[in-house]
This record gives sequence, C-alpha cells and structure tokens, in this order.
Amino acid sequence: MEIFIKQKIKKVKKGDHSAFEDVVTFYQNKVYQICYRMLGNAHEAEDIAQEAFIRAYTNIHSYDENRKFSTWLYRIATNLSIDRIRKKKPDYFLDAEVKGTEGLTMYSQISADEDLPEDEVESLELQEYIHQEILKLPAKYRSVIVLRYIDELSLQEISDILDIPVGTVKTRVHRGREALRKKLRHV
Amino acid sequence: MKCANEVIQLMHKHLDDGLNEEERKQLKQHLQQCDDCQNHFHELKRAVAMVQSTSAVQAPSDFTAKVMGSLPKEKKRSGYKRWFKAHPVVTAAAIFFIMMFSGIFSTWSQDQQLSVSKQKDIIIQENTVIVPQGKTVEGDLVVKNGNLKVEGKVNGDVVLINGDHLKASAGEVTGDLNQVDQVFGWMWYNIKKTTTDIFSFTR
Repeated sequence: MEIFIKQKIKKVKKGDHSAFEDVVTFYQNKVYQICYRMLGNAHEAEDIAQEAFIRAYTNIHSYDENRKFSTWLYRIATNLSIDRIRKKKPDYFLDAEVKGTEGLTMYSQISADEDLPEDEVESLELQEYIHQEILKLPAKYRSVIVLRYIDELSLQEISDILDIPVGTVKTRVHRGREALRKKLRHV
Repeated sequence: MKCANEVIQLMHKHLDDGLNEEERKQLKQHLQQCDDCQNHFHELKRAVAMVQSTSAVQAPSDFTAKVMGSLPKEKKRSGYKRWFKAHPVVTAAAIFFIMMFSGIFSTWSQDQQLSVSKQKDIIIQENTVIVPQGKTVEGDLVVKNGNLKVEGKVNGDVVLINGDHLKASAGEVTGDLNQVDQVFGWMWYNIKKTTTDIFSFTR
C-alpha cells in the first residue's frame, strides 16, 4: 500500500490533480477519525479533516518522499486539530503546572467522579461516554491517546507526527492512560 | 495503590513496548502479592480496551468529492515559477533576448518619419532623398522611411530602411547598398551593425 501511495504522490507532485483523489479516498477515514476524536463533533471534524487534505495538497512539494506519507498527513491533521481546540476553549488551563508541585497539573487535581452527574452518564451510550472522556483529556494527552489507541500507531510514529521526543510521548501516554483509568474504572 | 511508583512504571512499560524477562517476573510476582496493584493493572488494561473499542468513525460519504472540489486549481504560474527556479541560466538568457528584441522592435516602430544621416549636398523632396547630379556625398548614408535617388555619387555605404532605391542611371555608390524592408531584416541589420561596431572598436 505504501508503494501505491508513493506512486500517487509522485503523480500529484507532477501536477496530476486526479491522483490526489485516490490519496484522499485512502486516508479519509483515518484523518477524519483523528479529527473527530480530537474535536469531538462531526461538523468540526469534517471541516478540519478537509482542511488537512487541502493543506497537504498545496504543500505537497515540502513532503519528503523518504518518509512515511501517513506520518506527514497525520501531523497536519493533529496540528490543525490542536490549533482549533486552542482557539475554541481555554482547556489548556488544565495543562498548567500547579505551583510548588513537580509535574502536577490542575488536571490531576480534579477528582474523577465530579465530571458528569450520575443520571446523565446513564443516559449516554457507553461508547459516547468513552468518547466524551477522551475529549476531556487535555489536548496534549488526547492527541497521543488518539494516535496510540484509535489509530494504533507506534510510539516512534507518534513521536514523528507530533515532533516530540519518544520519551515525552511515553510520559504523555502514561499520564493519559492513568487519567482514563480513573475516569473509566466505575463504568 | 500505596505500592512503589516503580511497579506502576512497569505496568506502563508493559503496555507500551513490552518488558524483558526479568521485569516481567518482577511485575508478575508483585501482582500476585498485591491486590491494589492487580486492581490498578486491571483498570488500566480495561481503560485501554474501552478506548480501543470505540467504533471506528467513517468520514461522510461525500468527503472526497468535497475535498477535490475545494482544492485550489493548479496554478499555471506556479508551474512556470518552479521551472524558472530550476533553470536560472536559461531564464537569464531568455530575459536577455526578450529585452534585446523588444528594444529593437521599439526603435523599429518608433519613428515613422523620414530621417537621413546628416550629410551635405543632399536634397529632400517630400518622401525622397536625392543626391543631386554632380555632387558627392562623403561617408555613409542612412535613409529611414523614405526613398533614395542617387544621381550623384556616394563615397561609402548606403542603408535604406523602409524605402526604395530609385535607380538613376548616373548614380554611383562606392560601398555596399543595403535595403532593409522587414522587421527581421531590420533586426539583422542591427545585429550586424553592432557586431561590426564592436569589431571595428576593438581593432
């Protein structure tokens, strides 16, 4: 499949508009999925996923063919998603380290059970509930969790996509997983 | 959950890139003894499984069509630009030729008026330059946009641009007589002239 995509990308670089259609068809669900899990609603997800493909197309000449195309594409998609989250609401407050503590964020100060009233939880489908819990993660943990468990990417690939060291990816996966554990253990 | 952070680290390591033999034994041993940690480990794995179980969402069916519809049209200009960047020497040469020829063209179309290189003893009658009988023009003679009638003598080259040479029996031109009618002829004349000038200058 990599070879198939590589050939298509070469054609796109040469100005073949229609070759890009196959690329979009091939990656649309993956990219849409990342955006959906990051942003939480279908409308925005579609918007950002489209934007990601358009950016990929217009910047195709900056894509290095020796690297995986999917990594490059997912990177555009996650960056756009993170930008959108930042503009939307100030949930990065949770990321801010609490003074006097090492590595402790506001996030860890929130106790798990006060997020949703019990009856509301029950009215939600389990899947929707999990989806919401993922959405409540701060963007930097959300992105690694989405890439790790929904797109099933390796730590190395996530590190390439987000342009952060593998060690940082590990730490974030670790914290994200702990946060989800707290949220989901009562379900 | 009061257990050492070390054990928690092992659990995460297990979930990320796997443990080596020794670490696995260590974790297993601890989990068998410690209910809290076993519980913790179970919750972690369960959380992961739950996240993984969220059904894959599909992009809307018209997604590809929408993307293709909103792609910017491949700009022809950007294609040229790329080419120019890739071939700077050719680009420079092309620009040089364009400037040179446009210069020649503009001088061609500029003056449609009759002009003669300044010489004594020539008569201008309407559109015709006459070298009268018995007179001698010393040096070259250039006539633009007019006819030339040589009844006397020209001691040099004659260039006729956009005009006719009206032959007169007695006329005599000692040098070359060039008649330039076409734009390309005009260009050729210019190039030739420039080259000759350069060579005569160097000499």
